[in-house]
Amino acid sequence: MNFFLLSVLKAAVVAFVLLTTLAYLQWVERKVIAHIQVRMGPYRVGPHGLLQPLADVIKLITKEELIPPHVNKFMYLLAPFLAVTMALVSISVIPFGTEIHVFGTPTWMQLTDLNVGLLFILAVSSMGVYGIALGGWASNNKYSLLGGLRSSAQMISYELPLSIAIASPLLLVNTLSLREIVQAQTGSIIHWNILRWPAPQIVSFLVFLIAGFAETNRVPFDLPEAENELVAGFHTEYSSMKFAAFFMAEYANMVTVSCMTAILFLGGWQPLFSPAWGSNFVPTLIFTAGGLIAIYHGLNPARKLDRITLPVTGVVFLLVGALFLVPAAQNALIPLFWFAAKVGAVLFLYIWVRGTLPRFRYDQLMRFAWKVLFPVALANLLVTGLVVALW
Amino acid sequence: MMDALFFYLFATLVLGGAILTVTRRNAVHSAISLIVSLIGVAGLYLLQQAEFLFAVQIVLYVGGIMVLFLFVIMLVNLDQAAKQRRFNRQWWIALLCVTAVGVEIAYFVRKGASAFSMARPPVAAVANAGGNTEQIADVLFRQYLLPFEIASVLLLVAVVGSVVMAKKRI
Repeated sequence: MNFFLLSVLKAAVVAFVLLTTLAYLQWVERKVIAHIQVRMGPYRVGPHGLLQPLADVIKLITKEELIPPHVNKFMYLLAPFLAVTMALVSISVIPFGTEIHVFGTPTWMQLTDLNVGLLFILAVSSMGVYGIALGGWASNNKYSLLGGLRSSAQMISYELPLSIAIASPLLLVNTLSLREIVQAQTGSIIHWNILRWPAPQIVSFLVFLIAGFAETNRVPFDLPEAENELVAGFHTEYSSMKFAAFFMAEYANMVTVSCMTAILFLGGWQPLFSPAWGSNFVPTLIFTAGGLIAIYHGLNPARKLDRITLPVTGVVFLLVGALFLVPAAQNALIPLFWFAAKVGAVLFLYIWVRGTLPRFRYDQLMRFAWKVLFPVALANLLVTGLVVALW
Repeated sequence: MMDALFFYLFATLVLGGAILTVTRRNAVHSAISLIVSLIGVAGLYLLQQAEFLFAVQIVLYVGGIMVLFLFVIMLVNLDQAAKQRRFNRQWWIALLCVTAVGVEIAYFVRKGASAFSMARPPVAAVANAGGNTEQIADVLFRQYLLPFEIASVLLLVAVVGSVVMAKKRI
């Protein structure tokens, strides 16, 4: 198959999946937080609110596009565009799985593999700051400006521990290409960087995770949009799709950081334990268990509708589980399953933390970055370097 | 063909950004133009197959230093600054500098490529050595270790100095 055609196909698939994930991530977040707070969450649009993201998109598109009269027009329009572009670009170097065959042509489940892939992601995400900083400035509003300034100060501060936390696993794998980083962690969980002999990277994993929260402006580090102090922070003056662009950028950054966590520390698409011990049957088992539970509840319905919907859901689950047993599909699906499972777990952690922790005060945030996170990351790098050199 | 096209694209970014940086009255616009220029330089690095320099250029200059620049500029009252008399009245000094640079460029253009002596390892050697990143590390930490360490000490001094100057009570 033509290289060009194949690239276009891959880009289209990745873009479609990413945008759908972004839309539904928001639904998942609302649902999970609702359940943490003992509420139901979105329930009206579609079954269990499943069509809520679609309704939200339509709402955002059809809202009035308002440009306040006192803004710097060029920068005001550039900022959301910049934020969302930089957030979406970094997905292009993320490897989702092993080599597969599309219509007989071998290709990797990754858009492109750069030999400085990791640095590329850092570079692109560091440019994402401009979207927020310029948006805050161009709005010509004191709340927006303060939100933008806070965010740029926060992102620059936390980029330091983040980069140093990345450096220690790199000492173990000796490459900057994301694909090779995952390949270096082949085997079971004890070969993943987080537990890898001789220098387990648990400390740098935690530092990376915390700094990642701050980089994506998530709770407990969501000071750029602290409602009680700054109205809505840097996007106070934005409406309609421009607001949606900022929103999308935040979620895309979350997905990128989760993918990076999975690749750097959790072995990317590598299974939890070796296929010799049957790790290839894990997805089938999980989906079968889910399907059987759904069918059981369908047979003992609590409401009238459950008699139809739950068995149908159960059968779909069983079919998906059976799909993982097809030898032709296994090569592509099983790495994808493990990658999605790890990224999903980290994303769930993000939402869980949002439902649990309060927001930091601004001076606490800065002190934490410079006096705790940075020295810890540096010490970890030193110890790792020493161990790797002596081993 | 593609290389030439990209070279001219990035060269336009570099020069256009630089010209806009010095001619714009609004300081934020100047800073943005400087960012565009720096991105162009990063692109030129990429054309020379120096991926590491490309990434570092963007991470450090575009993503770090320029954000801090912008940070300071945003806090300054721009309307007041724009009204102030600017430093563009020294025509004679400027003319002298431009002539000197022009003479230099003309000299090198006349002499051609032989005027420069540059280390030019073949592309295959770069690939064999494990790419640009490893080569830079080798050169930096073996051949130029002392200058590298001196530069880092200098930066440390600058950091300590700025903290001493900024803090009233230590």
